[in-house]
Amino acid sequence: MYLIKLVVLFLTLVLSVNQVEASPVDTYEFRDEVTKIRFQALTKELRCPKCQNQNLAGSNSPIAADLRKELYELLQQGKADSEIVHFMVERYGEFVLYRPRVSALTYVLWFGPVLLILLGIIVVIVVVRRKPVAKEVLVLTAEQEDKLKNLLNNK
Amino acid sequence: MMGQLIRFLPLMLVIALGVVLYRGLSLNPQAMPSALVGKTMPDFALQTLINSDKVVTQADLLGDIVLVNVWATWCPTCKYEHPYLVDVAKDPQVKLYGLNYKDERVAAQQWLQHYEDPYVFSIFDEEGSLGLDLGVYGAPETFVIDHHGIIRKRFAGAIDTQVWRREFAPLIAQLIEEKKQGK
Repeated sequence: MYLIKLVVLFLTLVLSVNQVEASPVDTYEFRDEVTKIRFQALTKELRCPKCQNQNLAGSNSPIAADLRKELYELLQQGKADSEIVHFMVERYGEFVLYRPRVSALTYVLWFGPVLLILLGIIVVIVVVRRKPVAKEVLVLTAEQEDKLKNLLNNK
Repeated sequence: MMGQLIRFLPLMLVIALGVVLYRGLSLNPQAMPSALVGKTMPDFALQTLINSDKVVTQADLLGDIVLVNVWATWCPTCKYEHPYLVDVAKDPQVKLYGLNYKDERVAAQQWLQHYEDPYVFSIFDEEGSLGLDLGVYGAPETFVIDHHGIIRKRFAGAIDTQVWRREFAPLIAQLIEEKKQGK
């Protein structure tokens, strides 16, 4: 019972932490709803170079505000998402992408987990299908057989 | 024999994983390679800090081994590194330029009057536009640019004697050598 209470408490904490995630308020006027959604999506995908565990949307640092402004201007200029991402990567490196691009450098990152799961599945299959080692067949001699019967009957 | 080896395989895998993760502990996550190393200095046309009538461009930095130091009066670490920059400026083989980043002109001018001005000139980047093109995300930062105008290094943080010896001196020596050989 105590354990269940503890688990519930823990889950409440975890969930509530996610809910109170503060985000700075910028007052940008977008020309349409789509641009606004794109802005929100991009600020979530792009990482703040200064505060490494936050995205542009969640960071209060001056550089994040600058980059949001730049992002807004690029959007207003009608730049495509890929152009904007390229613009950021050219200046701040692959680092700014929360979702790294698939390249020779990131193959391990992208495909490593899948490979590990496959490896695990293969190991399990091999282990399960392996024939049990032939056990020594136990045969009782006639004398032991008699003794056993006696023991059982004398109970 | 084979069976014996397989028995130790998990242990070996765990040890290998441990080594990799342990190494990760000693890496500095703040040390980021600049996306601009190997590229030319971005184009710009900005006023100098001292003289708002004078506009400088990337061409004004060309031909020498150049250090561009990003600084601002709002940055306490810049104050710390200032005396070392004054030292660096005495070296005739490198030219030190300032990039006054997102600052107020008067405050910055006063700073240079109050302390010694180590820079050949300071570029006045009030909006941070050149800073953005350089991938600057704070101050101080220092860029090393070779005599062809290619960015060879970016260092984020304060320069002092130790940092200079470790991070800059070998590269500067190499660049001087390259320049001598006419590469």
